[in-house]
Amino acid sequence: MRDRNTEDFVFEEEVYSMNEKIKKPVKSQVTFNKNRISRRIFLNNSAKHLFSLSTVFAMVVLGILLYQIVSGSIGWLDWQFLTSNLSIFPEKAGIKGAIIGTLFLMMIVIPVTLVLGVATAIYLEEYANEGRIQRLIKINISNLASVPSVIFGLLGLTVFSRMLSLGSSILAGGLTMSLLVLPIVVVAAQEALRSVPGFLREASYGMGADKWTTIWRVVLPVSIPGILTGAILAISRAIGETAPLVVLGIPTLIMKIPSGIMDDFTVMPIQIYYWTLDTVLTPEYAYLASATIVVLLVTLFVLNSVAIIIRNKFQKTF
Amino acid sequence: MIDIDQYITKYVYDVKGLNLWYGDNQALKDINMHVMENEITAIIGPSGCGKSTFVKTLNRMIENVPIVKTEGEILYNGRNIFSSKMKVEELRTRVGMVFQKPNPFPKSIYENVVYGPKIHGVKDKKTLMEIAEQSLRGAALWDEVKDRLNDNAYGLSGGQQQRLCIARTMAVSPEVILMDEPTSALDPVATMRIEELMEDLKKEYTVIIVTHNMQQAARISDKTAFFLSGELIEFDKTNKIFANPSDKRTEDYITGRFG
Repeated sequence: MRDRNTEDFVFEEEVYSMNEKIKKPVKSQVTFNKNRISRRIFLNNSAKHLFSLSTVFAMVVLGILLYQIVSGSIGWLDWQFLTSNLSIFPEKAGIKGAIIGTLFLMMIVIPVTLVLGVATAIYLEEYANEGRIQRLIKINISNLASVPSVIFGLLGLTVFSRMLSLGSSILAGGLTMSLLVLPIVVVAAQEALRSVPGFLREASYGMGADKWTTIWRVVLPVSIPGILTGAILAISRAIGETAPLVVLGIPTLIMKIPSGIMDDFTVMPIQIYYWTLDTVLTPEYAYLASATIVVLLVTLFVLNSVAIIIRNKFQKTF
Repeated sequence: MIDIDQYITKYVYDVKGLNLWYGDNQALKDINMHVMENEITAIIGPSGCGKSTFVKTLNRMIENVPIVKTEGEILYNGRNIFSSKMKVEELRTRVGMVFQKPNPFPKSIYENVVYGPKIHGVKDKKTLMEIAEQSLRGAALWDEVKDRLNDNAYGLSGGQQQRLCIARTMAVSPEVILMDEPTSALDPVATMRIEELMEDLKKEYTVIIVTHNMQQAARISDKTAFFLSGELIEFDKTNKIFANPSDKRTEDYITGRFG
């Protein structure tokens, strides 16, 4: 047996000449240096630690943030806070209106973005002919995802508030927010549709199925997990977004609880924004803001959990 | 010379002067052949000779490749499949296809088999169950899966998955079953089971099978067509092709000189 530390490993390999007629085996010796292998193992370990360090960095920042918020909210976040209307007195103030406003907003944003986003993605991926116009649309959808949200606010103000006279209602806010997060859903749904293996479509077409039947019964069920990942991202963005709603003119102080989609409303991020601004006047508002952030995070968590549960139900291996 | 077959059985497929291009690349050159009812026709030839392309043209599956251009006629029971009156959905309902790689849907075994009947409008649960049992029996899979019809099809072995795909195709009750190298991804035992199955399929269906396994063609088929670089070199009774080929190139191929 060879001494493993000093000897190099030697592999022998037969390499055939490219010329088929000759087929004369040529022997080649490929040598692997033992030191190189240990160096690679060392590099691999370093890379592993480096990557885990990056993860730890993000976790630490998140931890500090959560600690600050949660510690600020202690003593302020209680049932009374969740179920009371707004008040200028910090001890009496509650965010019932903002919670209901946020939920109402999501009731518009989720169905509108899912339906429009998935429909757009289906058209672009499955029906549209591969051409210059389709490419232009695809590029622009990706570009839309990076347009500042204030711009979407201005768009909503012009189209929904003014032209369609929806004012600063939940409907106007919801539609504006839908436009903002639509590109996220479209791009994710496109990816999901594209990743459905061709052999599944072939199987369906091979049995005489038309395109829509194939999409509805085979392609969509397989791509639901990917689409829901996009939905989760979209919900998370929409629930925390402030700027477009500020532009729409969502009132600072709403005493009335919205009861329908045509009512004026406020949402939790806006409430956080104004309370933080007014901390200069009333220091206790900072604690109210913290408490609202906690509620916002919990709401987001609940909404996303639903999406994740549905996603896992549909996730299949093949 | 009079082709005597013509008077005994009818032509299911009659291919006349078929040319096919992928862009500028001609993949099929002036193919003329016919397929008889209730026979197994094997298509052999080296890789890239156009045999898969040919069989995918028979149910117009090839049109999923956007750059494909065809010329000539394929008569299916006397009707040109390229005519504007012929709907691909209708053609593919009558001409089923089994693919190279088993491709069940990520659904239950039962849902896989009844997919075809369901999309063609069968709703009654009892009828669907009957179709499922009949098709699975037809594909010699029933005894292995009858107790787990609701399990995911991906839990089956490769050979079982391929027989499931055959059952799924049979559930639509097609007239013709096209098979594109159905056993090339399977082990010898699974291959044997599928070959046994083909003997039974022949009684009910017309089968066209692409294979690069010459022994398989010799074992199971009635007629064999030999393709080479997009041309149909020889088409005759399988016995004749393997015992006494009339073209030198066919002989070279089946004796293993190339390919």
